[in-house]
Amino acid sequence: MAAISQHPGGVKLAGGILPKWAPYGVYGGSFVLVGAVLAAAGSFTVALTLALSVLVACAGIYAWSRAVEGPRRAVDRTMTMLIVAAFALAMIPLASLIFEVVKRGVPGLSWEFFTEDSRGKIGGGGAAHAIVGTLVITGVAVVISVPIGLMAAIYMNEYGTGKLRRALTFFVDVMTGIPSIVAGLFAFALFELFFGPGIRLGVMGSVALTVLMIPIVIRSAEEVLKIVPNHLREAAYALGTPKWKTITKVVLPTAFAGLVTGVMIATARIIGETAPLLVTTGVVDSMNADPFNGRMQNLAVYAYNEYRSPGVMKQASYDRAWAAALVLIAIVMILNVAARLVYRRYKTEIR
Amino acid sequence: MLGAGTKRTEEGAAVSGDTEAAGSTGTAAPAPPAADGTAARTIEARDVNLFYGGFHAVEGVTMTVEPNKVTALIGSSGCGKTTFLRSLNRMHELTPGATVKGDVTLDGEDIYAAGVDPVAVRRLIGMVFQQPNPFPTMSIYDNVAAGLNLNVGRMRKADKDAIVERSLRGANLWEEVKDRLDKPGSGLSGGQQQRLCIARAIAVEPEVLLMDEPCSALDPVATLAVEDLIGELKSKYTIVIVTHNMQQASRASDRTAFFNLEESGKPGRLVEIGPTETIFTNPTQKATEDYVSGRFG
Amino acid sequence: MASVDTTTNAGQLLAAASGGRRRRGDRVFSNVAVIAAVTILALLAGVAIFLVSEGMPALTANASELPGGETFIEYVAPLAFGTLVAATFAAIVAVPLAVAVALFITHIAPARLALALGFLVDLLAAIPSIIYGLWGIFVLGPAAVPVLKWLEENLGWIPFFEGPASATGRTMFVAGLVLALMILPIVSAIAREAFAQTPRKQMEGAQALGATRWEMIRMTVLPFGKSSVISGAMLGLGRALGETMAVTIILSASGVVTFNLISQANPSTIAANIALNFPESSGLRVNLLIATGLVLFLITLLTNFAARAIIARQQGGE
Repeated sequence: MAAISQHPGGVKLAGGILPKWAPYGVYGGSFVLVGAVLAAAGSFTVALTLALSVLVACAGIYAWSRAVEGPRRAVDRTMTMLIVAAFALAMIPLASLIFEVVKRGVPGLSWEFFTEDSRGKIGGGGAAHAIVGTLVITGVAVVISVPIGLMAAIYMNEYGTGKLRRALTFFVDVMTGIPSIVAGLFAFALFELFFGPGIRLGVMGSVALTVLMIPIVIRSAEEVLKIVPNHLREAAYALGTPKWKTITKVVLPTAFAGLVTGVMIATARIIGETAPLLVTTGVVDSMNADPFNGRMQNLAVYAYNEYRSPGVMKQASYDRAWAAALVLIAIVMILNVAARLVYRRYKTEIR
Repeated sequence: MLGAGTKRTEEGAAVSGDTEAAGSTGTAAPAPPAADGTAARTIEARDVNLFYGGFHAVEGVTMTVEPNKVTALIGSSGCGKTTFLRSLNRMHELTPGATVKGDVTLDGEDIYAAGVDPVAVRRLIGMVFQQPNPFPTMSIYDNVAAGLNLNVGRMRKADKDAIVERSLRGANLWEEVKDRLDKPGSGLSGGQQQRLCIARAIAVEPEVLLMDEPCSALDPVATLAVEDLIGELKSKYTIVIVTHNMQQASRASDRTAFFNLEESGKPGRLVEIGPTETIFTNPTQKATEDYVSGRFG
Repeated sequence: MASVDTTTNAGQLLAAASGGRRRRGDRVFSNVAVIAAVTILALLAGVAIFLVSEGMPALTANASELPGGETFIEYVAPLAFGTLVAATFAAIVAVPLAVAVALFITHIAPARLALALGFLVDLLAAIPSIIYGLWGIFVLGPAAVPVLKWLEENLGWIPFFEGPASATGRTMFVAGLVLALMILPIVSAIAREAFAQTPRKQMEGAQALGATRWEMIRMTVLPFGKSSVISGAMLGLGRALGETMAVTIILSASGVVTFNLISQANPSTIAANIALNFPESSGLRVNLLIATGLVLFLITLLTNFAARAIIARQQGGE
């Protein structure tokens, strides 16, 4: 055994160390302990046990570590445990959300759900009109936002001169902060001024979504355009290429994958927006695919409505609400994953 | 070796009458300033091999760092000097995937032994880095006291003031900053910042001071100040300094170790170690002679 | 421009290249870009203008004309109160959690998992708000009822937990928790960025002094990221202020002004109030709701400005 040297201040090099399994063991033990106590008191739930056992485990590991390793190590271990617990705490709702949507939404799915609308069908019907509506309203919003947002981003990145560009950056920042319902109110007010009160059109929803979508598109397009290295542009200029051609034939193709990804992610963000559509497109039971003619239903408002005003068969309505939510979240997930795949597949490697 | 969870019992007399739980770090204050303060120790490396994941970075280093002397590690870029230096205070293993094989002992005690707390090792073996890195959100006083605040819980203000002053004096910085101890550490010049980092390192009374190219980011005047400081510090500490600058090595060190790479992709090795004068005027290895006479590197 | 000698090859090339065509193409394109940029500004101005013009009738009407017989201030004040309570509660819960999550991803978890873990946290932001609302009322609310009871029994002397505890869970407490979940990803993403960029030399400096991992985090990572966390928190707060559907569905609102978080009687928020009443409203009532939307817009604007002012001050000061 090595000699213990006399270090200044009595600092010992080596001391006790807790075994590797210590944190897991302490938590496991706490869980069992707390569970037993709660069960004996008759108020056992998994959630409560998980939560309380974190507290007990922290106290336990602190005490044990302090006795064996010293106070500083004990604090380190306890904080680590708390941080891990915090992450788990954030993940549990995520798991629960997805689990519940699937569990409660599946019963509502049916052939009827996807093919029928709700007109005249008391206590039944489907969400076909809502699905179509979501696609149309979002589609129109994308068609309006992307060109405007892209050109604005191009302006800011490629042409921008001090003043207008700075003002733009500032205002785009402001736009990102607009509450979604305020965007809806704006679209409503805009159309009301021109068409009178009581107007409800699919395209109004699209306008509201555009207000929300444009800043997102601009932000992500800006990021992507910035990444295109300057030497590519300069190479084109040196060849005598005019600026607009440089942009369309060099910059945009290089940034293409990133731009598409940005648009897809922005679409995923706004496709689930309910509030602005609630105040603009109205609620309707029948199929309508014309954004310029009358009310249009969409998945988010449909889900809200089935929950808020369930029909005679309450549970069936709730089922349909959850089913609409499930379809919505599936679309969002698919868009997100597809966006990343598109990026990976089509991006141009810049050396 | 020690089983996990067992406690070590004390052997020998407790130092300065402090009692503390065995195996604890940092419940005792550093010994009060002693006149000669020689607590310096010997470091011995035996067949040290260092890896980054699968990549063998340094192979088979065996050397002794003698107490109260300045040992310089020289050699061209990438030959493993810094990697080896960082293995002496267990900083190497902080890089994900980095591993150490072999023995490093501090006066006979293996610092890589199973029960050893790396945190305790780093208190005893301090480090000064290439880029001065005072903590920007802390004042000069708090920077110097940072190690104390960590390692020693409660201290009387007067005691802490005394240690801060002693450390700043030891780093030849006291006169320049004594009137602005509460100003942020980042407001000093590069050379002053580096001396502040040295003061911070010696405040906890390490036994060994490792310095990784401490002057490479400094101007010549500041460099000279730090080199003078190193000369003074060696009476209290064992110092190991990595340097690219051969003139600095020959000026400031007592012993020199020359590291070299045979070809890129191969691990770095210790080629030769000896008194500085010998290494520079009469080395035994051809590679050493080539390097110090400037034929490569 | 001096005329080019087009009898030589070089001359011909030059003439062709610098013709009107190129200038025209450039001009058209840049004009389109400018128009797009101006459209953005016009859009933003439009939002403000239309809100004000449609809300004005309600702002200028006196109490007798307004539904409910209150003045505008009397109508909007409880709603603003509810909005602030909900958002503040959400921020108080979300920010420490977000900091912990960010620390976990950047410093505790193995580095190769960082991307995947970050993706998981960001998933929380992808979920549409209506789903949060349904989940809150059908899942979290009922699950929270025992917690509400416990709070009433043990901490009921604090005004926040006065009770009596709601039996359905449709309380400000639960709504605030859901809001916290919704803003967690934003705050955490900003914190993650900041923590990951802590300069290595500072972290190593702390480690070389013999700091434990937590001590190193406390000495270097947290002070470095402090201003980013604050601005992230304010951005999250801004988001929570404007959130509509989750609150609309979860909260059982009775319009009272109270700090009691766990009872059946809760204040409503501006956004939820609009969502609940707008579809069936007409006439002056519509103007009234739009005017409250204007107030909400102003509140979120101020919050976002404050967030950016903090960032700017921190960046300028360093």
